[in-house]
This record gives sequence, structure tokens and C-alpha cells, in this order.
Amino acid sequence: MLLKQTPSQTIGPFFSYGLTPKQAGYNKLSSLASSSLVTESTIGAQIRIEGTIFDGVGDIVSDAMVEIWQADSQGRYQNQPSLEGIGSSFLNFGRCDTGANDQNKFVFETVKPGQISTKTAPHINLVIFMRGLLSHVFTRIYFPDEKNSNLLDETLLTIPAYRQETLVAKKLSGESTPIYEFNIHLQGEKETVFFDA
Amino acid sequence: MRKSQFNMRDWKSHPKYLTPSYKSTVLRSPTKPLIPMKQTLSEITGPVYGHDSINPLDNDLTKNGITDGREPLGERIVVSGKVLDEGGRSQPNTLIEIWQCNSAGRYIHVNDQHDAPIDPNFFGGGRCMTDENGHYKFYTIKPAAYPWGNHVNAWRPAHIHFSLFGPAYVTRLVTQSYFPGDPLLDLDPIFMSTPKSSQGLLIKEFSMDLTEEGFALGYKFDFILRGPNATPMET
Ligand SMILES: [Fe+2]
Repeated sequence: MLLKQTPSQTIGPFFSYGLTPKQAGYNKLSSLASSSLVTESTIGAQIRIEGTIFDGVGDIVSDAMVEIWQADSQGRYQNQPSLEGIGSSFLNFGRCDTGANDQNKFVFETVKPGQISTKTAPHINLVIFMRGLLSHVFTRIYFPDEKNSNLLDETLLTIPAYRQETLVAKKLSGESTPIYEFNIHLQGEKETVFFDA
Repeated sequence: MRKSQFNMRDWKSHPKYLTPSYKSTVLRSPTKPLIPMKQTLSEITGPVYGHDSINPLDNDLTKNGITDGREPLGERIVVSGKVLDEGGRSQPNTLIEIWQCNSAGRYIHVNDQHDAPIDPNFFGGGRCMTDENGHYKFYTIKPAAYPWGNHVNAWRPAHIHFSLFGPAYVTRLVTQSYFPGDPLLDLDPIFMSTPKSSQGLLIKEFSMDLTEEGFALGYKFDFILRGPNATPMET
């Protein structure tokens, strides 16, 4: 007989001084996570992920927290995050507060993840929290330049073809660091696939 | 290391996304059903923080926001309990983050427009790690109710916001914990969005055992996170 899970409740609009203090400009607490997962010594191709979250009428969500969890460029989950500025050459975990920049985007400096197995394409896991979401949503970012491995990805294969593209980032050109744009639509025609993971 | 998948979110315990009485859910809830996912290595691993991530005053909100040498105003409380999984196994060394308003119902957050005083000696954010037995303890000031714009004369019951990781990406939990006997609970669309049978899990229990003589009233609050199921993962 299992115990009942503690119910989720919304993160509300005022999380940032506690959860993303540095990004939001509060200095009473140190930050446990940042939107940059890389250091100078990180192995792998550095990339930037950026995106905007849109609500059901297309308004930009300016009070969301996005967390990413991804393998390193070799497909491994091994380094432990630690206090910002300390620690290993790649952090598998990052956090971004969409209220912390003028465009209300989430932006991550990271590396292109490697494959974790032959049945999965390179991907980045996302958890999204915001006022109005009573429980977080899980989604994944896949890469447009990994067409062959995307075709074999066990998770993508479970999704109806017309919705798969909501999980594939768009590559923006013209920068030295490749930028992948991944916009999230909470509702509607282009509604992003969210997982019961 | 044997790797297990985790039990799914129990939707009989968690709120439904679309809860129209909580207005912000209307344009922000997914409208299509969630797609069930077979967990891979990416779901059963997650960030692990060490005790070195925590500064000494991080779990003491009565002290970590002092700016003019005086203690924050309000009723000091102790909030303590265990983090467990569904199987009753304690969850050692797991990070808990908290944030809350002050004793007047005002958050330090710049966007909080409520016309109640800021306390210069209360910040309202903190964190701690559970010990080797899954126990945690915070010292803080009892938060107050505050008004919000959801409907006419809407007031949030006093609550503390909590964020937990647990052992994996899928065990992540963000929630709020309330105080026993609060008449605002039945009127709060966020609390009431929770299925009736699990609402009690969001209410702290007053505890004389945790109450510290001459210092602070004690409240017990346990967290139950998703636990591993019996299905081993093929890699
Ligand atoms: Fe709140």
C-alpha cells in the first residue's frame, strides 16, 4: 500500500527571490543553479537554447521558471551541480527565470547533448513552472540536425507525427555559437507536447 | 547500480491543470492530454546537491534577512518533518527550498503590489538539505494571508512555498503548505483545486514536540515524493 503523494501546487508569481535570486537581482541568497551549464573547460559543442513561452491567447509568459536536465556531450549524467561558480566542467542542470530579461525568454548556455542510448536521440529535458500551472509540465527539446536519430527515438515514436515537430528546436543561423530556438505553446493549434513522465 | 523507473504522478492526489475558479489556469493549462512516456536514463536521474551548497543561516529565515541588527517582526515558528517516498522510505540528503511572505502578508519580490509593510529584517527565502534520516527543519516567521486579484475580495490563506528535487528528474515537486484551522482554506481556489482526499496532505500539523520553549511554536509537515516502482529499466 503506497502513501499518497503530496499534491503539487502552483509556484505562483513570487518565486524568483528564493529560487533564481541572482538572475532576478536579489543578493540575500546565493544561487543554486544558473542558466549557464558550461565552463571554459567543458568538452563538446557549445550551443545556446532560447525560447519564449506563449499562453492560450499568444501572450508571452513573463513569470515562468524553466529547468533543464540533459546529458553532457558524451551522453552522460555524471556531474553534480554545486554552488554557482564552483565545481565541475559541465553541469547537467540549469534554471532560468523568464522574468529576468527584457524579452522574457528563457536562455541557456550549454552543450549539444550526446546520445544516452541507441534508442534515444539527443535531447534536453525541460520542467516548466508558472503561476496558473497547478502542477509542473515536462517536455523535451530535440534537434533539427539529428534527423536520423530522431527517427529512431523511442519517445518521439509514441507521439502522433503532426505533434512531433513541437518538440524539435529551430536552428537560427548567423552566430558563432549555434542558437536553437524552442518556443513553447501552452495551448492551441501549436500546443507543445507535454509528457506524463 | 540497479535502476528503477518511478511511479507516475498520481492524478487522484494532484490538482487538475484546468481549474477555472483559479483564473490563471484558463490560458495556461495544457488542453491536450499529457503523453505517457516510458522513462529513460534522462528521467530517472536528477540533480544532486551536497551539504556544501547550504550556508549556515539558509534554514533560518528569522536570521538570514536581518539588515539593521533587529529581528524580524511576527510569530517565530519551527517547520520540520520528513521527506519520504510513497513506499515510506526516507529521502536523505535532498534539497528543500522555501519562500514566503512576511508576517504582514508582503513578499520581498519587486512585483508584489500588496499595500502591507515590508520588514527590513525579513527576506523570506531559504533552503536546507534533509539529513541522513530524511529530516529537515526550518526556522521562520509565520506568514500572513494576503489579497490577490483572482476574484472579488480574494485572499490567499497563509502558506509557505516549497520546492523539492528528490532523487530524480521525475520526482520534482513544487507545492505550498498551509496552517491548520485557517478559515480561508475552503475559499481558496488553489488549495481547493486539490482533490478532497489529499487536501489534508497540504496542511501542517501543530506540534508541541517541535515547539521550542520560550522561542517558537512548532509545526510538522512531511513530504511524500514519487517512489521507484518494481519495474527495472532496460538500458
Ligand atoms: Fe504565495
